[in-house]
Amino acid sequence: MPDLPPPPDAALIRARGLTKRFGSFTAVDAIDFDVAHGESFGFLGPNGAGKTSTMRMIGAVSPRSDGELSVLGLDPELAGPSIRARLGVAPQQDTLDTELTVRENLVIYGRYFGLSRAECGRRADALLEFAQLTERAGDPVEPLSGGMKRRLTIARALINEPDLLLLDEPTTGLDPQARHLLWDRLYRLKQRGVTLVLTTHYMDEAEQLCDRLVVMDKARIVAEGSPRELIERYSTREVAELRFPAGIQDSLDGQLDGLAERVELLPDRVLLYADDGEAAAVAVHQRGLRPETVLVRRSSLEDVFLRLTGRSLIE
Amino acid sequence: MTVMSRVVELRAMQYRRTFRASLFSSFLNPVLFLLAMGVGLGTYVDRSGSATQALGGLSYLQFLAPGLLAATAMQAAAFESTFPIMAGLTWQKVFHAMYATPIGPRDIVLGNLAWIALRLTMIAAIFTIVMTLFGAAASPLILLAIPAAVLTGMAFATPIAAFSATQRTPEKFNAVFRFGITPLFLFSGTFFPISNLPAAIQPIAWFSPLWHGVELSRALALGTIGANPLLAIVHVVVLAAIAIGGAAWAFRTVERRLVRG
Ligand SMILES: Nc1ncnc2c1ncn2[C@@H]1O[C@H](COP(=O)(O)OP(=O)(O)O)[C@@H](O)[C@H]1O
Ligand SMILES: [Mg+2]
Repeated sequence: MPDLPPPPDAALIRARGLTKRFGSFTAVDAIDFDVAHGESFGFLGPNGAGKTSTMRMIGAVSPRSDGELSVLGLDPELAGPSIRARLGVAPQQDTLDTELTVRENLVIYGRYFGLSRAECGRRADALLEFAQLTERAGDPVEPLSGGMKRRLTIARALINEPDLLLLDEPTTGLDPQARHLLWDRLYRLKQRGVTLVLTTHYMDEAEQLCDRLVVMDKARIVAEGSPRELIERYSTREVAELRFPAGIQDSLDGQLDGLAERVELLPDRVLLYADDGEAAAVAVHQRGLRPETVLVRRSSLEDVFLRLTGRSLIE
Repeated sequence: MTVMSRVVELRAMQYRRTFRASLFSSFLNPVLFLLAMGVGLGTYVDRSGSATQALGGLSYLQFLAPGLLAATAMQAAAFESTFPIMAGLTWQKVFHAMYATPIGPRDIVLGNLAWIALRLTMIAAIFTIVMTLFGAAASPLILLAIPAAVLTGMAFATPIAAFSATQRTPEKFNAVFRFGITPLFLFSGTFFPISNLPAAIQPIAWFSPLWHGVELSRALALGTIGANPLLAIVHVVVLAAIAIGGAAWAFRTVERRLVRG
């Protein structure tokens, strides 16, 4: 039988029972997922969930311990260099060359992919523009801010015009302004049709950037869907957050029953899950309870995670 | 081959910043050593009849210079295969960045070893020019002392690079220099003939890769290699075997580090 090319809508990544073990410890435990062409797909989970281990298997730098994995229609075990030639990777930890200038970092990276020097120079200049680093082109890397370094890392990952961009915690450790600037750049890539796979433990990042995501916890996938689907499935439309004076919360036992679809007692606050958060807050008052503060907000992926695991994403 | 050359290109790009200073010290180092020891100390040595006899009628400068050439290659190789390897795998992690491209662990090892060989060639060539200017070259075969010194250096570079890839801090590098490089530097026939050591420990020289390198370089620089060509072949085989064995070991340790993350 002749080898047929994969159909155009074939998954760019397909994992079945994908497993990574380090000795007797299982970092990724038999996970299944597909990533389609052009979509922006996320792994949301706390530290230690197994996100980086998964990304490294997809990136064809860490062999799987078990299960099936195909990336761009190829097996990473057999075709590592061919897969890596078509990937862009921004690792969790910066791996920039501090002995080179900003622009040189881009040029040499293009050379690794076998591009001509002239082509590397052209692409480097365009990417510096995209990453808003043109003014810093000739500077060494070290004095750059965290946000600039991340933008440079992402620009570097784009030098080979990859079919698939892997971003491991793209904005972890950045201040809010730097994060928004980075999100804006990633959003542009998404609009250009670049397939993005990213990991994050920020639910707002996942909501901003992901068309679809899986929630990972303790090496397993615990839920999958679009941010909106996940919120609809695992949470209510709104949440009323109540903070009581010290000591009061522990003596509430049972007094909040029936006020909401679900009540979650956290160490520092109480969450009332209801489609109408305002109404739930009013009902609290009608029972004669006097919280110090009341905040009604829309449900987020944080609430989904809390519901699924009983813990918050960021400890 | 072409993939590995991209690794060499990176190393050359990094080197560009320190190029002048590095060339200058490659030149200054042999000048100072040959002046102080070859000429300064040599004046005393050459006055002593018993010394001249032990050196087989050579001036001390002629005896010392080729040995120092091999020893310098060893020291440069040890340096180049410790800190830069640790920088690439642990500090800046640029070898991990490379591994995310079509470049594989073996290319990374071969590219780095090729770069070290290039650096050693530069250092040995400059050293040889200085030696010749000092009048320490007795034969045109001294040109072959350059590859001999490079081979000597590589017999150190490959196993040390393999070891460096297993380390996450540079602490043990001190031990490599203190208990490995420095004693070999002093007791491998560089500064005095091995025959001056107590008879019981003379055979130990055979286990020193540097001794093989020193003997080989000296036989070439003095043009005496024809006297015992078989011994020269043994030196080459021993050095090449260590260099190749070390490279095979480096393939394994570097790949393990890159895969582990
Ligand atoms: N090379 C390794 N050797 C041993 N354990 C590892 C290694 N890499 C990761 N782990 C462990 O696997 C688990 C998952 O790690 P990781 O994939 O980095 O999670 P995340 O990226 O979600 O924070 C952690 O408990 C981590 O300590
Ligand atoms: Mg991680």
